Parts: sequence; C-alpha cells; structure tokens
Amino acid sequence: MTLLGKLKLPKAANGISAGRKSIIFLLVAAVVTLFAPTFITNKFYLDVLTLIFFTAYIGQSWNILGGYAGQFSFGGVMFFGTGAYASTILLTTFGIPPIIGIFAAVAAGAILGLIVGYMSFRAGLRGSYFALITLAFAELLRVLANSVEFTGGGVGLFLTYAPSLKNLQFDTPTGFYYFSLILLAISIAVAIWLERSRFGAQLAAIRENEDAAEALGIDTLRCKIYAIMIMGAMGGAAGTFYAQKYLYLDPPIAYSIALSVEMLLVTIVGGMGTVFGPLIGAFVLHMVNEITRNFIDTPGLSMIVYGVILIFIISYLPNGLMGLFRKRQDVLGGSLETTKNELESKDA
Amino acid sequence: MLAAAVLNGLMYGAIYALVALGLTLIYGVLHIINFAHGAMLMLALYSAFFLFELLNIDPYVAILIVTPASFILGYVLYRWGIGKLSKGRDQNILLITLGLSIIIENSALFFFTGDQQTVNLSYSYDALDLGFVFLSYPKIISFFASLLICALLWALMSLTDLGKAIRAVAKERQGARLVGIDVEHIFAVTFGIGIACLGAAGCMLLPIFYVDPYTGNIFVVIAFTIVVLGGMGSIIGALLGGFVIGITESVGGLFLGESLGQIGISLIFIIILIFKPTGLFGSKV
Amino acid sequence: MLDVRGVTKRFGGLVAVSSVDLSVSQGEIVSLIGPNGAGKTTLFAIIAGFLKPDEGEITLNNNSISGLKPHKICKMGMVRTFQITQPFAGLNTLENIMVGAYANTSDQFIARRTAERVAEMVGMTSQLYKPADGLTVAARKRLELARALATNPDLLLLDEVMAGLNPTEIDEVVHVIKEICSSGVTIFLIEHVMKAVINLSDRTYVLNDGKLIAKGTPRSVASDPGVIEAYLGHGAAKTMMGGD
Repeated sequence: MTLLGKLKLPKAANGISAGRKSIIFLLVAAVVTLFAPTFITNKFYLDVLTLIFFTAYIGQSWNILGGYAGQFSFGGVMFFGTGAYASTILLTTFGIPPIIGIFAAVAAGAILGLIVGYMSFRAGLRGSYFALITLAFAELLRVLANSVEFTGGGVGLFLTYAPSLKNLQFDTPTGFYYFSLILLAISIAVAIWLERSRFGAQLAAIRENEDAAEALGIDTLRCKIYAIMIMGAMGGAAGTFYAQKYLYLDPPIAYSIALSVEMLLVTIVGGMGTVFGPLIGAFVLHMVNEITRNFIDTPGLSMIVYGVILIFIISYLPNGLMGLFRKRQDVLGGSLETTKNELESKDA
Repeated sequence: MLAAAVLNGLMYGAIYALVALGLTLIYGVLHIINFAHGAMLMLALYSAFFLFELLNIDPYVAILIVTPASFILGYVLYRWGIGKLSKGRDQNILLITLGLSIIIENSALFFFTGDQQTVNLSYSYDALDLGFVFLSYPKIISFFASLLICALLWALMSLTDLGKAIRAVAKERQGARLVGIDVEHIFAVTFGIGIACLGAAGCMLLPIFYVDPYTGNIFVVIAFTIVVLGGMGSIIGALLGGFVIGITESVGGLFLGESLGQIGISLIFIIILIFKPTGLFGSKV
Repeated sequence: MLDVRGVTKRFGGLVAVSSVDLSVSQGEIVSLIGPNGAGKTTLFAIIAGFLKPDEGEITLNNNSISGLKPHKICKMGMVRTFQITQPFAGLNTLENIMVGAYANTSDQFIARRTAERVAEMVGMTSQLYKPADGLTVAARKRLELARALATNPDLLLLDEVMAGLNPTEIDEVVHVIKEICSSGVTIFLIEHVMKAVINLSDRTYVLNDGKLIAKGTPRSVASDPGVIEAYLGHGAAKTMMGGD
C-alpha cells in the first residue's frame, strides 16, 4: 500500500466555495450589464459597449491558449475568419439560418484548432516558432479565401439585412448588445471554470514548465490541443457575430492581422491568465482609441499608441493591469485565497 | 516562359537573401526572432523613397547613406531598447519586437498615408534583351549589388576580428564573456548589421517594387520562410534559401496565378516548420 | 518491479549508455552512483521516457515502457525528479504540489488536501504559499520531491536530490526518504553524497563511461577496485590496496 493510500483522503466537498468578494462582484456586474440598456439612452454608447464586449470575448479566447497555457498565437484571427465564413456560406449558399450556423462556426473553429494544434504541437513547436506558424496559417487561409469561388473570392460575401432572432440580426443596438454580452458571459464562465479545474492547473503547469508537467503525468500534447480547440471554438462564434452585425465579409476583414494583434493586446494589457484581464484590457484600449481619435483623427495613431502600450506593459507590468491588483498571478483561483484565510484563522 | 520566370525569381531571390541574411544573423547570434524585420525593411524602402523624391538621390547611391544609418538605428534600438526592456526573456522579446513592428508600421501609415509609392528612375524601363526575356536594368543592378553585399558580409564574418567575436558569441555566450568580449556590444552590433542589411535591401528593392505601410508584412513571411528553409543561423542557408524562394514565388506565380502563388510560400513555411524545423543547414529549433 | 535490459544510447558518435542491465525490486532503495559524466542522468531520462533508447528493453511491473511518453509512465506508477530543479515558477508551493496530486484526481479539494498532506510529510507546511521561484535550493529540492510524491507513485526516481544541501539538510532528506520508503514507495536514486548512499541503499549500481562496472551492497561496491579506479584514476586501486 503506498504512501497516499495510508492517508485518509477527505470526501470531495460539495459545491465550489468561491471567494466571497468575487461572487458579489460578479453579481453586481451581471445586474449592471443586464439592465444597462434601460439606463443608457444614447444608443451610440450601447454600441461602444458592444464592441468592447466583443473585443474582450475574442481576447479571452486568446487568453485560454496564450495566458493560461502559455502558447502565444499570432494568428488567432484564423478562427474568427473561418467561423465567419462557415456560418455565412451556410446562410448564403444553403439558406441555413445563423442561429444554427453559429454552431457550425464554433465547430469549424474547433476543428481548425485541432488541425493547426495537432500539426504544430506534434512537431514540438514552441515560443516564437509556434507564434510564427500560426501567423503563416492565418496568411495561408487569407490567400485561400481570396482565391476560391465559394468564399466569394476577393469580392467577398454580402448578407441580406433581415433582422430576426433566427438570423441573429437585430435592428437596434440593444439586440447586439445582449448578443455580445452573452458571448462575454460565456467566455468569463469558461475562464472561471478553467481556474478551478484540473485542466486549468494542467495548462498552468504546461505554461510554467512543460517538461516537468510531462513528468508529472500531464499529457501535454493533448492539453495544448484542447486549449487551442477552445480558442478556436470561441473565435468561430465571434466570426458569426461580426458577420451578422456588419453584413459583409471579405478576406482582408476575415483574416486581418490587426484582429490577431488586438486579441493578444487586450489580454496582455489587462493581464494574461486572469479572468477579467481581457475585459479590462478591452476597456482601456478602447478609451485610448477614443482619446487619440479626439486628438488627431488620422488612421494609425491609435495603433501606434497600442504598440507603445504593449512594449511598456511587457517591460514594466508583465502581469498586466490585473497585476496591480494582485500580488502575483493567482492561477488556481480565488478559492485558494479563501482557504488560506480559513487555514490561518484555524491556527489563530 | 519558365526560364524567364526562373531568372526573374533569381533576381528577386538575391534581395530576399539579403533580407533573410539579416534575420538569420540576428537569430544566430542573439537567438531572437525579430518580428519587426518586415517593418524595418519598409522603413528602409521609405527612406530610399524620400531620399529620391526630396533630394533626387538615386536609390543605388542612397545605399551608402541608408545602410550606415540603418546600422546605427539597429544598434541603438537593441542596446537601449530591446536589450534593456526584455530582460532577456524569450517571451518578452517576441512581444516587444511585435510591438515595435506595430509602432513602425502605423507610424508609416500616420505620416505617409496608405498610398503606394514607387520611384521612376531614368533607366527604370531600360532593359537587357536576352532573347527569351527582358531583364530591366534595375533588376540586374539589384541582383549584383545584393550579391556584393552578401559577399562583403561573408568577408566581415570570416576575416575580421569583429566577425570572429560575433561568431564566438553566437557559439558560446558565456565563454565569450569570459575571454573579455563585450557581449552586449556584440549583440547590438549584430542587430545593427542585421538592420543594415535591410537598409541596403530596401534601396535595392524600391526601384523594382513599391512601398506602402504594409510592404513589410509581405516580406516578413518570405523572410521567415527563407530563414527556416535555410536553417536559422546559417548564412549559406539564407543565401540559397533566398534563391529557392525567389524562384518558387516566380514559378508558382506563373503556374498558379498571382494570389495562389503566394500560398506556395506560406505552405513551404508550414511544411518545413513541421517536418524539418532545423532547415536544410541550420541548428536546433 | 523495474527491469532494464541491454539499454544503449548513442548521441552521434558518443555512446552515453552502453548495454546497461539493472533491476529494482519492490520496497527496495537502490542507488546509482558513478563519476560525473558517467551517463547516470541520461539513463534516468531513458527510463522515465524522456529519451528513447537505441537498444534495449525497459519494463515496469512486467509491462514494457520503452519508448512510452513520460506522462504515460507516470500514470503507470513511476515518477522522476530532475537534477536541476524544475519548479513551476509562477505558482506557489501548494499549487506546485497540487499539479502532482491532480495525476490521481480531478477534484480540486482532494488535490489540495493531498498536497497539504504531502507537504507536511516533507516538511514544507510553513512554505505552502511561497512562490516557487522564491524558494532556496534546499526547499526547491524538497518541492521537487513533494511534487513527485503527490502523484502517488510506486517507484520514485530521484536525481541527485541531495546536491547542494548542507549536512543538516542531507540528514533531514535521508530521514524523509526512509519514511517514504517505509510507506511503500520503491526508490531508485542517483546520488553523489556517499554518506546518504551508504545510509539509504539496499543495493548500489556503479556506472562509468556509460557502462555498469559494479553492483552490490554499498560497502562491497565501495571497496571494489574497479570503482576506486573510476573515481580516483588509473592505478589508484593498487596504490590504495598496496598501501605506500
């Protein structure tokens, strides 16, 4: 009988005891965001929030693979574009409504993640090489989309304006606001689940030291592939959202490097490997955008500022803005903090 | 037609090789992948452009100005920028060079607008008639100028003390420190040389191509593909790789048409990374 | 329990491990010693699945494990620690150990309790919330041990777990290892610290230049002329035996 067999292991506690502070925060946030449209009369601001939520959502997808698992992708847009094309082609060619098509987009993103992940991780690509190959894949897809008939080639695809729930189109900003809010909520739920689960711990281990993780029984290849599939699935849905909102899709939009950059930027600025990092980053970057746009309205200025912020954060605040609130990256979740308090009060 | 495509590919290939050379040098010695490489090539192109537009300096003459200026830029950028800020961590350098490329690219957009710019030299349209193909003079000049610079670089690396120091640092960082080599200085010098290659390449590329803020992106994937093909850190690899890719692009464009031809490059890149990441001549991943 | 037969590993022209046969039986503490560069860590890496042997077979409890990936071997009951410690730097001690504990459960609370118990066993309870990259060398070694222990292994491969420790720390670790063994874990360790080797091991293997040159109890091995030569050089055995 081994060492641990001798120890009396406790039964699993029922439920998950989250840090009390976090629950209150989440509840308040949920209420505020749910009822925001009734208070915000100027629809423009609703649109702004929608955009921020969308960016935070897609940032969170990057966060899963980049922040939690430590594999930096520079080609995240490939899931967005592929998902967008998936649901849009199903709509324009086969008449399948987007409310169903969005699941196809999610599946398309996940499958693409599986393919890219399997090929890249199986070959042992890490760090810069992995980042590079994701860039190459995204580029490849962009060129393919440009050259192929059924994606509409360089001309792109036009969607008809027909607001309805089954078309996932809405004639008021409020509709899209809730759409993006739902996506954001899902992404936050995924991150919270990750932080409390064994899978999340495995990803953290892989991020910190892949060889050690492997030695401790973690199937690093499988875990990384799961992570990229989650990223892909989330990205796919984002693509459908975009297509339904803006009603037009072409290769430069679907596979734009700018979006790949934006999703990693919001996460790094807000805090990699945290639940709310991408959201905070999205808010901050949007505000930066607005401010610079008021200053001088020339294209490129806000991206310049983004670049400066990226370099600044990496150099001086590697844990992002969330890092200012926490002493260090508390990877395994708020519950650890709570029990630490319990432990300490027991000794007292 | 095929022969023409091959020859054309060879011409461009020499310039690609020069671009890749800078990248592989930086990787071989500093072990960092410079994501800002494409953006800096774009800067070089713009420099040559403005020198021509404003001061009427022929791009090939501008090489003498842009190259040293690029070296200084590279040196300073590494010594007091990248080297300092990244604290040596791989992850950080990756993102910092990415940030740099964003800043450079968008600064170009901001200051120069997104318009494509080209230069028209008095001899831009004069060409050498080889019977089966016309080779424009700028292409020929660029080809030989590139080869010359590659040769100079080889000479620098093999025959000079500086070259020896660089190779020492590339092989064994700690050991080099122990024999008194100022490693940080060598890093900055190498980075400077890498960017200087871009300076020269930009001048040579301008007459036969165009420039806009996004030109860099086009060459990033090409440069990386070459370096990965030839092997990270291998000068010969960069040279041969440059020719191979140049020809592939040209021939691919011939058979598959412009846009699909571009796929060839990305595909080669992916295939090599997956099956032979060390490239044909290079060191470990 | 562990059977290594005819394992050979070449790196280009260099033969790092040459036709090594050894075995470890359940409940034993077996040590592997030898001069630096003898190939001990390479052998461990092969056994634990980090390197593939060019020749030979390795079986664990009669199941072949040659060529299996490390995580599979871990699931089969054998875990290794690293000579140069490999902590999860961004996590704290508790989280580090929990990663090991998660090998056997997917429940966060069970993993945590397991980690706390293991930490207690190796004496790290006071350091549970310290970030791993802030630990001393000795603490890191202990963390390495604790993490591996948390996976509930049948066989533990310890690579120089005493390196860099002072005599007091060595005594503590020896004590902990004895406790671990008495609770049913078989131990196979690489060690340079002779005191620990003699104190702990039931049997010892000696590796030199990739080949096994001696095996037996620590005392018999210590007086083996071949072993003395390996450590002290050609002729040393004769000198020591002949007295002079």
